[in-house]
Amino acid sequence: MNQLIQFDISLILPEIFVLSMAMAVLMTGLFIKPSLRWIMFALSQFTLLGSAYLTYQHFNHETQFAFSKMFVRDGLADLLKIMSYLGISIIFFYSRSYMKDRNLYCGEYFALVLFALLGMMIMISSHNMLLVYMGLELLSLCLYSLTALDRDNQKATESAIKYFVLGALASGFLLYGMSMIYGATSSLDFNVVSAVLLNQPTDHAILVLGLVFVVAGLAFKLGAVPFQMWVPDVYEGSPSSIAMLISSVPKLAAFAITVRILGEGLQSMMVDWKQMMLIMAVLSISIGNITAIAQTNIKRMYAYSTISHIGFILFGLMSGTLNGYASSLFYVVSYMFMTLVSFAMLIMMSRKNFECETLDDFKGLNRKNPWYAFLMLITMLSMAGIPPTIGFYAKFMVLQSAFDAGFSSFVVYAVMMALVGMFYYMRIVKLMYFDEPKLKNKLDIPMDMQWILSANALALLVTGFIPQTFMEAATQAVVLSLH
Amino acid sequence: MTHILSYSIWTPIFLGGLILLLSGKVSDIQAKWLSLSSSIISFLITIRLYTDFDFSFGQFQFQEFFHWIPAFHINYHLGVDGFAVPLILLTSFTTVIIIMASWRSIEDRVAQYMAAFLIMSGLMIGVFSALDAMLYYIFWEATLIPMFLVIGIWGGPNRIYATIKFFLYTVLGSLLMLVAFIYLYLHTNSFEVVNFYNAGLGLYTQILIFLALFMAFAVKIPMWPLHTWLPDAHVEAPTGGSIILAAVMLKLGAYSFIRFAIPIAPEAAIYLKGFMVTLSLIAILYIALIAIVQKDMKKLIAYSSISHMGFVTLGLFMFNSIGIEGAYVQMISHGFISAAMFLSVGILYDRLHTRHIADYGGVIHAMPTFTAFAVFFAMANCGLPGTSGFVGEFLVIMSAMQNNFWIAVIASSSLIFGAAYSLWMVKRVFYGEVRNQKIRALKDLSWREFFIVSILALLIILVGVFPKIITDMTNATTVQFLEHIHFIKPITLLPLDV
Repeated sequence: MNQLIQFDISLILPEIFVLSMAMAVLMTGLFIKPSLRWIMFALSQFTLLGSAYLTYQHFNHETQFAFSKMFVRDGLADLLKIMSYLGISIIFFYSRSYMKDRNLYCGEYFALVLFALLGMMIMISSHNMLLVYMGLELLSLCLYSLTALDRDNQKATESAIKYFVLGALASGFLLYGMSMIYGATSSLDFNVVSAVLLNQPTDHAILVLGLVFVVAGLAFKLGAVPFQMWVPDVYEGSPSSIAMLISSVPKLAAFAITVRILGEGLQSMMVDWKQMMLIMAVLSISIGNITAIAQTNIKRMYAYSTISHIGFILFGLMSGTLNGYASSLFYVVSYMFMTLVSFAMLIMMSRKNFECETLDDFKGLNRKNPWYAFLMLITMLSMAGIPPTIGFYAKFMVLQSAFDAGFSSFVVYAVMMALVGMFYYMRIVKLMYFDEPKLKNKLDIPMDMQWILSANALALLVTGFIPQTFMEAATQAVVLSLH
Repeated sequence: MTHILSYSIWTPIFLGGLILLLSGKVSDIQAKWLSLSSSIISFLITIRLYTDFDFSFGQFQFQEFFHWIPAFHINYHLGVDGFAVPLILLTSFTTVIIIMASWRSIEDRVAQYMAAFLIMSGLMIGVFSALDAMLYYIFWEATLIPMFLVIGIWGGPNRIYATIKFFLYTVLGSLLMLVAFIYLYLHTNSFEVVNFYNAGLGLYTQILIFLALFMAFAVKIPMWPLHTWLPDAHVEAPTGGSIILAAVMLKLGAYSFIRFAIPIAPEAAIYLKGFMVTLSLIAILYIALIAIVQKDMKKLIAYSSISHMGFVTLGLFMFNSIGIEGAYVQMISHGFISAAMFLSVGILYDRLHTRHIADYGGVIHAMPTFTAFAVFFAMANCGLPGTSGFVGEFLVIMSAMQNNFWIAVIASSSLIFGAAYSLWMVKRVFYGEVRNQKIRALKDLSWREFFIVSILALLIILVGVFPKIITDMTNATTVQFLEHIHFIKPITLLPLDV
């Protein structure tokens, strides 16, 4: 028994490490002078490095379960976790000077982000619906409070409340759906649920009702239409660096729970959830792309662009094949890196007392700073899915998996909507390259951000020349974990 | 030299990237000389394709192959046949011309401008030499970005509308092409063009594939009614942009028909022949009529380009060897003539900053040498015997005559309209009374301009009196191509070490 627990503990070492470090950061934040806040930054980065090491030690081993199959560690979990560490670490670098300028560079920020990371890690590794819910709530509560971190800002508070109310409702949906499924199958473990569904006749009506609620909850967390209303408001209201966090890394975790609940637990109900996913995917791609055109606030535009990307991710998921899951995984990871650059550009152009928020702020960036205009060009091309950037391969993989699954007419539709999307991405290129600058200020960018931003954006281009490794990693993670 | 195709593609891209990086550090004149020498180096490399190519057989040569993305069976597979070599030469040659032509007319962000053209030429050579559909698609889409920026940054007053229209039109087509490629990939489990050729699809599938590819290529050529982006793009583009657009970019579409749409879906191509011929005839006739009434010189030449490209598609869809070779001569000849015409407009525009025909008159009194060349180019444009314009159109009309008398009649009537719009423009711009003092003060050609136009004039005459240099290149490939179309004879690849 003792040995068993020891083994269990060895599997959740990264989570334990992040938890204890988050508490340590929280405590340090209480007692530290404002001039020494770099210590918290260093501690947080150390946390990420340490947990990356702990995760990497296990990387690519066979699937292992802990705590009576509550918790799972497999290729998918480890890959997503390492990507989450990387994403969070980049976010810390990008937001440093931005948060400092706005007096938000405090201990709570780091602690909350680390707790949010812990929530994501739990979601990624959960093999039981209850654990999914726990992780999700931990993540969501941290995100609600992060949105309101700038507490004197009316807009931020308003959007935090909106986010909280709608988020709580969605969590309720999810929990209600889970309880229905529990009622029908008398288990919350994914394996047991799927075995019961496969072998024993159960009440289909209750299951479908539960499924609808689960899918609605998941869709809310992903931000898919028709549960997308919170996305633009929260993006617009929260500080750019928080919006960057909300829009990027949590999508990995949301993807993980979606694929685990639907692809693993409710596999045999694929016929039912496929239709819902299809409708949500098509609606997300259409509404996301078309509404984005009308936006003048760039954060709202990003929000609608996120919605359309989520539509593409659902496109991969709804094919219900390993190929489809792998393509969605590839998409969500490359989406995360694209989003990070796009928000970093906003942060870079904002200064004390000035928020870069409207499209016009991008005017004439090429005149002011050709290098960053070029990086933004790469990012926009990648988001639009134009080769040879990574975004193209992401779209290509998703579309071919959907085509393979027989959704050929929807593929044509998605492609046409991608064309609509290209318009607003190219509009930013137009503003940067063809227009004259509105503000003649010089950009003042910290050295570390310069390097990381350049590396991050160039990676979108370079990986377009060597996508093989990443495609293979995604496929392997999915095949080994969800066979 | 092995890997000659890779060198042809990546040398200009690499040198262009280098110039881009140096753009803040070198002066404009240094950037110009660097770009000129880079483009000449790239041209000399592609000359090797001509000298080392074995034109006696039509299969793909200079092949290069390695597994690029094995997860999706995407390979870095290059190779050229008789259809690709002339267009690759045209591309690298046109780039040299453009860089010389832009010597004085571009003053803003010179290094970026030159680099864009170098990179574009490398990418277009990539389109012409890719034997893997995904590689081809990537090159094809990538060419859009430099062109988008060239029109948008250095273009005229309405450039943003024009460049976004250009971009969205082209992407609309190419996304449908991507869907077709994905279908073919799932069907053949490979992205190899040759496997696509021999996929053995049913007629219904072939028609769908053909129409998807048609959307991509017809936008690019452009065929009526998908042509409306071209006049806008031409009018707003700087001279260099117009030249590359007319001389090479339109040929990407025609080449792709011959490389993808027709051989992948041969039965559909024959089935839809009437449709294609009708569109081509409308382009030839109707667009020529539109050209007559244009008030802007560049717009006039843009419409005449569409009309001339109608001959190319007409020749291709006659499915006989004269038609295809005629289409090829027409493509190359149009590459020279449209470049020369846009260059002539550019020469006038650099001096007077207007393109309106009404603002000119009596230019001959100030610029006699230039007028001689311009009149010659206009004659070539309307197909004067002895110039390359005549050979292409004549061959295509001849092949049409073999098919159907009335097609030939309609096509040949465009020679009259061609003469009408070309010569009427010449009359209004170059002859007559001197309109104003500005025209009287015009300076004739500089040595640089004289050099460029005389090279183009020589080439137009060379192809006009000796078209064999082009038909020799395409001959063997045409035979193989037609066998594949008519008898579904599989196209095979040579072993890679040849």
